[in-house]
Amino acid sequence: MAEMKTLHVFRGDQSGGEEVAYEIPVEAGMVVLDAVHQIQATQAPDLAVRWNCKAARCGSCSAEVNGKPSLMCKTRVDAIEGEIHVRPMKAFPLIRDLVTDVSWNYEKAKQIEPFAPKEPAPFTMYQRDVERSQQFRKCIECFLCQDVCHVLREHSAKEQYFGPRFMIKIAELEMHPMDGADRLHFTSHQAGVGMCNITKCCQEVCPEHIHLTDDAIIPLKERVADREWDPIRALFHKTAAR
Amino acid sequence: MAQRAQALTPAPRRRKWEWPWWVSPAGTVTALGLFTIYSLWETLTHSSGQYHNYLSPFFSPDVRAIGIQFLPAIWVVWAPLLFRATCYYYRKAYYRSFFSDPLACARPERPGRAYTGETKLPFVLSNLHRFFFYVTVVVMAFLWYDAIRAFIFPNGFGVGVGSLLMLLNVILLSVYTFSCHAFRHLIGGGLDCFSCSRGPILRYSLWKTVSKWNQEHATWAWLSMFSVWATDLYIRLLISGVLHDVRLF
Amino acid sequence: MADGMIERLSYDVVILGAGGAGLRAAIEAARPGVKVAVLSKSLLGKAHTVMAEGGMAVSFGNVDAQDCWQTHFYDTMRGGKFLNHWRMAEIFAKEAPDRVVELEQWGAVFDRTPEGKISQRAFGAHSFRRLAHVGDRTGLELIRTLEYKGIHSGFDVFQEVTATHLFQDDAGRPTGVFAYHRQSGAFCVFEAKAVVIATGGWGRMYKVTSNSWESTGEGAALAMRAGAEMKDMEMVQFHPTGMVWPPGVRGLLVTEGVRGEGGILLNSEGERFMLRYDPEKKDLSSRDIVARSIYKEVQAGRGSPHGGAFLDITHRGADFIRRKLPNMYDQYLSLADIDITKQPFEVAPTIHYTMGGISVDPETAATNLEGLFAAGESACGLHGANRLGGNSLTDLLVFGRRAGIAARDYAAGRTKASAPSDSAVADAEARALAPLGKTGGESPYQLHRELQEVMGEHAAISRSRELGEAGLGKLEEIKERTKRLSAPGSRMYNPGWHATFELQAMVLLAEAILQGSLWREESRGAHWRLDFPDADDQGFGKLNSICRQDGTKITLSTQPVPEMPEELAALFSSGHMPVREGTDQGGHS
Repeated sequence: MAEMKTLHVFRGDQSGGEEVAYEIPVEAGMVVLDAVHQIQATQAPDLAVRWNCKAARCGSCSAEVNGKPSLMCKTRVDAIEGEIHVRPMKAFPLIRDLVTDVSWNYEKAKQIEPFAPKEPAPFTMYQRDVERSQQFRKCIECFLCQDVCHVLREHSAKEQYFGPRFMIKIAELEMHPMDGADRLHFTSHQAGVGMCNITKCCQEVCPEHIHLTDDAIIPLKERVADREWDPIRALFHKTAAR
Repeated sequence: MAQRAQALTPAPRRRKWEWPWWVSPAGTVTALGLFTIYSLWETLTHSSGQYHNYLSPFFSPDVRAIGIQFLPAIWVVWAPLLFRATCYYYRKAYYRSFFSDPLACARPERPGRAYTGETKLPFVLSNLHRFFFYVTVVVMAFLWYDAIRAFIFPNGFGVGVGSLLMLLNVILLSVYTFSCHAFRHLIGGGLDCFSCSRGPILRYSLWKTVSKWNQEHATWAWLSMFSVWATDLYIRLLISGVLHDVRLF
Repeated sequence: MADGMIERLSYDVVILGAGGAGLRAAIEAARPGVKVAVLSKSLLGKAHTVMAEGGMAVSFGNVDAQDCWQTHFYDTMRGGKFLNHWRMAEIFAKEAPDRVVELEQWGAVFDRTPEGKISQRAFGAHSFRRLAHVGDRTGLELIRTLEYKGIHSGFDVFQEVTATHLFQDDAGRPTGVFAYHRQSGAFCVFEAKAVVIATGGWGRMYKVTSNSWESTGEGAALAMRAGAEMKDMEMVQFHPTGMVWPPGVRGLLVTEGVRGEGGILLNSEGERFMLRYDPEKKDLSSRDIVARSIYKEVQAGRGSPHGGAFLDITHRGADFIRRKLPNMYDQYLSLADIDITKQPFEVAPTIHYTMGGISVDPETAATNLEGLFAAGESACGLHGANRLGGNSLTDLLVFGRRAGIAARDYAAGRTKASAPSDSAVADAEARALAPLGKTGGESPYQLHRELQEVMGEHAAISRSRELGEAGLGKLEEIKERTKRLSAPGSRMYNPGWHATFELQAMVLLAEAILQGSLWREESRGAHWRLDFPDADDQGFGKLNSICRQDGTKITLSTQPVPEMPEELAALFSSGHMPVREGTDQGGHS
């Protein structure tokens, strides 16, 4: 007889909802997404959940498991003591059950100036020069960092701040050795890097273990400071650029 | 192969034990609060931190040498204090613990408060971190001088508990200072292409080294704060005669 | 949306699928004055392409200077057991370098060689180190690059919109698609002059699969129902190394890069058995051979505890493994509690790729239906009987682009496309709504599981007449039951409803696979018949199977494999492998 576990899954839409309890048998190595699928297949066929790859590659199955923003496909059932509560991401408008409307992210993505190569490819670039951009390009766009970021989550400051996901997108482009565009004014004003108070929750939840705050946001703040707070270095940069 | 087979079947995952969420902010508030109170008491009620060849870090450089007698510590401590106040790690610590912005990840904040992050006064001034870094580097030079002097007793070279404390303190302070994000940016992080710079390998490896130490910046921040505290307290106790310095060598 | 009010949007080119092929086609099709829509059943950037790990094959010769397009062509044809369309393989090998450089121009950041060029790694059955890669997440790099290039390219992306029907005029040309928004359940008609199918494969009709669980082949089924010819459907690739334990992740891919970076396969007796099956290429033999070898070891009682083989890369050292195979390290640690830097781990064959698919013209990716194009895994022709690792990502780029150009040109030349009639729209709507809100009928989840069991048993790694015929019988029963599907609940983001479309597509394609595997009475590449264990080069080896839907039946016919022109055929008859002119003959170092 398999061990049984209780999952409390949020069911509802914009007009309201509540957690519904489901009992499921636990399999070895089971992850929360397996459990949700099991509920879908046997108890609630219309339980809305977004998922694609089931291998922690696509970043679709973001939700909050026992209050922690997580990928359901990477959260082991046996790693959780007691009952499991699964809720949709809080920072985005709810569509239904565990599915939220993340389209805001795609709008922000469009506003960032794309990669602007200084010269035609193929490039001569060395590994040491690309490893920073490569780290940020590991991002699977699960938007868990956006969800946990208190600026977006608690203060709904979506007009003032693009969120951690797009800070690393900007950092990736700014640190690309072959990129010729300048996004620092944009970073400080439209994208709102100053709204981040570097409390690092994004870094804690990232399933790809990207050091968002230390390697992207803080370096961006320093680059903005070069430009806007450090007349000496701003001058130096101008002469060096010539 | 039996062993191998056994190793391949995963045991039920050990459930990771975690501190309750409030432990970290409560600890930060307590530690930073006590340190602040201690610093105020130390700097505002004492006119010297000198005990023979030991000089407390609160009082270094010794401004009495240029004739300033009034509360010599406050002429000095503002620099490291502001360096720490604008440090990327301490910012995280106090935003979370003192301003609950946020208290812990994914935890509701007090509703209805305006939030402007680091875009408005006073927090926007954190952008000046690098300038406090420069000043702190100067202070560090004095602290190294003090640490060396702590090994020179009237009868020549010697090692006391105080000397060791001062040496440990200046090492921790140096690691903390030079693992700072501003320095990491200055040394190479600001470059888009290491290979295109002058001395590419040097710039890259310096940046890489600083990056490595920077990962534990929080640890260095706490350890160096406690070492300053301990060093100063030890010297204060020597001055007041509660303790006697133990000479090891 | 009120009843009877179905939104109509008009485009020149409608592309189904937003994976590598779909996005690449869209980037090419979207030119000033050309309206292009991309329909994606999931969010942008989540397609199965993200799961590609090892790299994209391209004959730059950055690491092995002898490599050239002829060698790449040679390897691809040999790997495909000469069932490939030679012209596709030729175009592919020639254009691959330009397409990959283009990615770099658009912001892709590949791993570098010490000289600052794009690094290339060894992979199964490639004669040289050929795979441009980014750690073990090359597919993510490809799709992210195309995604961010795409959002500035001026085409419209409709996320979480599923197409359920292809409208055609009297001549069979597509006039648009019927689709629904998963989020709201609202229907929409996309009128189009040209349609590109780029919806990927259908590996999810098998239980043990490395495919994204959304690889369910709706696009291919749409085309097939419209009358498109499906080629070589029996060719379904097993990747030799998938995860085995725990059950929840069975089938999850273990990149060939593990072996490319030096990993070796061992049986339960600790023997490196690939030395026996392929002494020359050893662990890096082609996928069909390695998969079959593992299967045979298990059959012979030398399998690992959960029915696979051991893969061991511990000798490369922990640092190396974590740097070169970070995802693999993480995947085993978090999902199976196994540290691959310290111990060997179990692997077993898993369904990986569908070589068969919509038959297309090599130059234009056009199908037999005028105005309908197909590219990527949903199309067929490049890979023959067995796909080489790393060839699929480059395939998406080369033929995605060609499909985009051809669809754009075709749309430009077709001034007046008749719009789908109201009655055709009403029909499509009624069909889509049929299972919705019903209770007590067949559950799509349950039928899907049964389909997986049938395919796993009757159309898997080893096949026979007996197995195939029994499989068709069982499938017939499932097909009958799909008429009574029910999906309780509302229209709003209802996964049960969505599953009914996926299931119907898979059932259709499954029948073509079973028919093809019954017809091909030989063993070739991925297709292994226990009752015909040898290749029949002069007979079946010269034929492609063609399945098409004929009313409610699927009929199978054959067509000869196109014959290579002399100068290409000479590459194979000379007795040695072609290498870049001016370099020495020899294998990789």
